[in-house]
Amino acid sequence: MSNLVDSFQIDNVEMRQAYCDALIEEANRNPKLVVLDADVSHSVGTGRFYEAFPDRAINCGIMEAHAIGLSAGMSETGLIPFFHAFGVFATRRVFDQIFISCAYQDLNVKIVGADPGVTAQTNGGTHMPFEDLGLMRLIPKATIVEPADSTMYASVVHAMAENYGVFYLRTSRRKTVKLYKPGTEFKVGKAMRLFDGKDVCIIACGIMVYEAIRARDILKAQGIDAGVIDMHTIKPLDEEAVLEAAARCGAIVTAENHNMVGGLGSAVCELIAGKYPVPVERIGVDESFGEVGSQQYLQQRFGLTGEEIARKAMIAIQRKGAKR
Amino acid sequence: MPSKKKPFDARATMRAAAEIRKGAIRAMEAAGSGHIGGSMSLAEMLAVLYTDILNIDPKNPKMRDRDYVVLSKGHCGPALYSTLAYKGYFDPSELLTLNKGGTNLPSHCDRLKTVGIDISTGSLGQGLSLATGVAVGKKMQGIPGKVYAIVGDGELQEGQNWEAFLFIAHRKITNLVTIVDNNRRQLDGYTADICDEADLGKKLEAFGFEVRRVDGHDVTAVYNALLTAGDGEKPTVVICDTEKGHGCCFAEIDGFNHYMPVSHEDADRAVEEIERRLQKAYEQLG
Repeated sequence: MSNLVDSFQIDNVEMRQAYCDALIEEANRNPKLVVLDADVSHSVGTGRFYEAFPDRAINCGIMEAHAIGLSAGMSETGLIPFFHAFGVFATRRVFDQIFISCAYQDLNVKIVGADPGVTAQTNGGTHMPFEDLGLMRLIPKATIVEPADSTMYASVVHAMAENYGVFYLRTSRRKTVKLYKPGTEFKVGKAMRLFDGKDVCIIACGIMVYEAIRARDILKAQGIDAGVIDMHTIKPLDEEAVLEAAARCGAIVTAENHNMVGGLGSAVCELIAGKYPVPVERIGVDESFGEVGSQQYLQQRFGLTGEEIARKAMIAIQRKGAKR
Repeated sequence: MPSKKKPFDARATMRAAAEIRKGAIRAMEAAGSGHIGGSMSLAEMLAVLYTDILNIDPKNPKMRDRDYVVLSKGHCGPALYSTLAYKGYFDPSELLTLNKGGTNLPSHCDRLKTVGIDISTGSLGQGLSLATGVAVGKKMQGIPGKVYAIVGDGELQEGQNWEAFLFIAHRKITNLVTIVDNNRRQLDGYTADICDEADLGKKLEAFGFEVRRVDGHDVTAVYNALLTAGDGEKPTVVICDTEKGHGCCFAEIDGFNHYMPVSHEDADRAVEEIERRLQKAYEQLG
């Protein structure tokens, strides 16, 4: 709890700026770290890395499939490639390349997909990944992280470089709400338990963590005590945190900027169903493709809001009685 | 330490090619079937690489400055396994475990299972990018050694190869040599009928490659093409014109030899014929 800032405001740095700072800092410590792009360095914010380490950065051009294989081959020689593209092209477009060229042969590639879900905004449906978490979850042994704010990058980028294997970082590039105090440390695979709660627990990732905190306030006004967990690591899931929340609250709401199928909500349901069945309600995109609009419009459009989380939380709580 | 400096001995390399064929046929015989056509067309390329070109040490298969081979047409694993066994990476008796449950020799090359395999392949079109990555990684870190990527001509229908070709040519990655096993056939028939690559050499020259084109079953020609490949300013592609099934008598006469059953009788006959042809070739060399 003490890790959260006192009042939530839009960050004064862009996510991509904070990410590149973390990348450069890590590269200063780790000479094996190299950067690859598929012609989006200006968009995803790795441009300053090219200035800092011109011999350790490759802009491949618009060829994601080759870039993934290239990264994988480079990692065989001991380098630690961080490959960047928009989330849709970093995952969906190159699923077999990630699967076979990277994961299947146990190579060490870090894949960074920018513009998760509605944060793609005016780039619209072609550029709006609602399925990347689901795809990446299907890859054995892959690690998947979606940070909720810029504070997380230092810990996450360090963990990406230090831990061998395929890693998917799902990251917004624009300014987002600052949640954590500077210097807060995060451990991949260990959720941030922000509020305990006793009636229902909201498990969220990415931009939906702030919405979960908003939902908690809405519910509080109705006399409901809601917990909030920032499940920044979607895989491997912090099972202990989920099961503890299920036992304590007896009802769960998941919230993700992603298709309702395949991502965080699915991961939580798969765990809960087997180990501690309690009512779960999911917030996510339901059988829809992306479209253009502001982030605010799109969050409304797809129901990715604190209000919607609070509404589903009430349903989950009601289901507790029905079930038992 | 192996060295490419020793004088080239065509007879020894022809013997290696014959043994590679025989081992691969025996492996597929034990398995009952296999990707025989493409395994046979590769034999001379593998024989030249592993006998005369590569800086490798079977006793130290992960040697840092070794040359790499990436067999992008990964379904032809049996030919590469046979080569590795011939070179002493593992006992030749292991070839008889091909495709059996728990084997270290799966139909498609797997770096996590087979000693001497550096890159897993089998999803066509991905090997050249992986090989490029190894070459770039070596260059970036000043690690000596070349990378030899073997692609099939049918496989070049996969678009990722052309991304890789653009990239390799643009960045002049000369420590990577691309070898095309140009056997003119793919699973369903002739490449010219299914999707013709037309003049592959001209295309690659236009990309910026130095293209060498040789008879892929002539070990001397393959050796001469590979010996200095990658020493110039442009990256090199060596197109080896081959015949799918070459050297395996029962496969040579089958129009669909991509994947075939292999009976004991077929295998015995083929091995005998390989030896007969080798002796005849020796005689012709004088």
